[in-house]
Amino acid sequence: MSDRRSCRRSGTSRFGDVNANLKIAVPQIHENGGNGVDRSNGGPPARLTKADLQKRFRWDEFLAEKAITAVAFVSLAAIVLIFVFVFREAAPILAPAKHSTQETVQAPTEEEESYGDEALGEGARKLEQQSASKTSVENSGSEGEATWSNLLSVSWQPVGNQPKYGLWPLIVGSLKVTVIALLVAAPLAILAALFTSSFAPRWSREYIKPAIELLAGFPSVVVGFFALVTLATLMQDLFGYQYRLNVLLGGIAMALAVIPIVYTVAEDALMAVPKFMTEASLALGATRWQTALFVTLPAATPGVFAAVLLGFGRAFGETMIVLMATGNAALFSWSFIEPVRTMSATIGAEMAEVVFGETHYHVLFFIGAVLFVFTFVLNAIAEVFIRQRLLKRFRGAS
Amino acid sequence: MKLKRRLMGGSVIGVSTAATLLIIGVMMWMTASIVVGGRETLTWEFLTTAPREGMTAGGILPAIVGTVLLVLLMSLAGVPAGAITALYLSEYASSRSILARLIRFAVNTLAGVPSIVFGLFGLGFFVQFVGTGMDNLFGGVTLKWAQPNVLWASLTMALLTLPVVIVSVEESIKNVPAELRAASLALGATKWQTIWKIVIPNSMNGIFTGTILAVSRGAGEVAPILFTGAAYFLPQLPDSFSSQFMHLGYHVYIMSTQSTNVDATKGIQYATTLVLLMLTFALNLSAIVLRSRMRARQIQ
Repeated sequence: MSDRRSCRRSGTSRFGDVNANLKIAVPQIHENGGNGVDRSNGGPPARLTKADLQKRFRWDEFLAEKAITAVAFVSLAAIVLIFVFVFREAAPILAPAKHSTQETVQAPTEEEESYGDEALGEGARKLEQQSASKTSVENSGSEGEATWSNLLSVSWQPVGNQPKYGLWPLIVGSLKVTVIALLVAAPLAILAALFTSSFAPRWSREYIKPAIELLAGFPSVVVGFFALVTLATLMQDLFGYQYRLNVLLGGIAMALAVIPIVYTVAEDALMAVPKFMTEASLALGATRWQTALFVTLPAATPGVFAAVLLGFGRAFGETMIVLMATGNAALFSWSFIEPVRTMSATIGAEMAEVVFGETHYHVLFFIGAVLFVFTFVLNAIAEVFIRQRLLKRFRGAS
Repeated sequence: MKLKRRLMGGSVIGVSTAATLLIIGVMMWMTASIVVGGRETLTWEFLTTAPREGMTAGGILPAIVGTVLLVLLMSLAGVPAGAITALYLSEYASSRSILARLIRFAVNTLAGVPSIVFGLFGLGFFVQFVGTGMDNLFGGVTLKWAQPNVLWASLTMALLTLPVVIVSVEESIKNVPAELRAASLALGATKWQTIWKIVIPNSMNGIFTGTILAVSRGAGEVAPILFTGAAYFLPQLPDSFSSQFMHLGYHVYIMSTQSTNVDATKGIQYATTLVLLMLTFALNLSAIVLRSRMRARQIQ
């Protein structure tokens, strides 16, 4: 009994076969030892007794295993700590105790404090003030305090006599940039993945995949710098819009960061489609492109969908590119050629200048918490699509 | 009908080829524009001197030193933790145990958390919580640890790059043939001896790859260090864990958006970006080569 338990204790899936052999060997020797015949003869088998084959308790093995397990907890602890500490700093917003009852409506022109980067054009700054003055009258019920009505207003002006922490311009801004990025990145990346998995000649596949993966290694600051300096001028010349830095530019720059993610995951999913599927299609007389379009792509749909979701999460949380390429004006509008400020860029631009413990500080952490939860949910959904759906589909097929 | 089908087939292949070429083309254009812009400013003097005259002249030595220091401390903290976690997941944990699944889930989640949230966490946990705790513990000096510094930035970055290391090391551990392990165990080696003498030496390749990828990521990310330790300008190099540091990526960001005269420093901006790009490029390329060699060996 004890030897079997010791085997089980050491047993993992990987070492299973070794232990199985051991289990068979033990009873045989036990029988020999019980007879006592071999022992008196001094024959070779008698040297091994049951006690010899039993796994001895070793302190060093035990400690090594426990230490490794303990270190493995670091990632788990990190997630928990991120959750706890981001929410802890955001907590005062989630449960606003004080409710300001003052109803003083100040002249909106007094809030001249602009908060953009230096890269932000003068025109954009003016626009920001205009839109702010339009909306400030209706939301002046809860100034200074981050009440829900303040958080859900449509004006973000954290500095001034009446700080306004309306999150809508930031949420809409993040969504606008993300949507543009995905509209550009998803088709390109999926087509490229389809090309690599179905059409590309063998020799070129070994170069295309690493090349696109190399794009993932471009630091986001470099992409942002390229967008800010080169792409912005080019696109303004091309489209002739008023503001140099805007949603469109930020979205296209962001697409460069999203493409490698969507490509890698989509390509993995396309390559994982069982060969008998494509071969059956080809055997039935379908051409290569028909097979790719009507067999491979539909079979890998969950994986491709997961790829787009992961790209969405990346674009939504990316900071440096939007910080540099979108103009950073917290406007509440649906225009795609105006400057915009996203949630992540707001944290990046304002956290360094905020007073610790102030409402503004907590609001920034609240935005971070929202970002965290949002990407968490997206990743979880993508995980379900990759793991469950795709695997089930292929397993069911085979 | 046949013509229509052929036309469609041609367009499907044509469009997907064009998409691939477009992606690679834009990437090359981006690289070329930065190389062309930064080529002239990038001299030996630029790499080995500090900024002068309010950062409108001089070099980027402090930023290079700061970046190297950051990734060094980050690797010291993150690579062992990541490698050991990978060892646990592939050698000790059975795939069905709840703990292993929980840790795997945590690693996947960690990989998806936006980098700016890591920055917030670094500020809230390391700077505010641990830093204040350490200041109280040691007494006397106030605000020594409870403010952004290179140690906190490195630890934040180590957490950010943890999944990169784990994934890479785990892949290489899986590639160690089961026969090698079985042979070692059959000769009487214990599990830990097998891991130490057989598994780890044979997955060194993956540990290197993971480290390189993590360093490349750590050198390029700016969002996590925005408020955990990076400094706008420092007259001297960092001399202790509690000093702030300059960083190549942060330098690019600052110079191109916050500096008083953006146009006058165009050359410096380009050259700094070029240095950063060359650094990450070289790292990524060597990781790709290492990995493909690893895969080739696995096929044999």
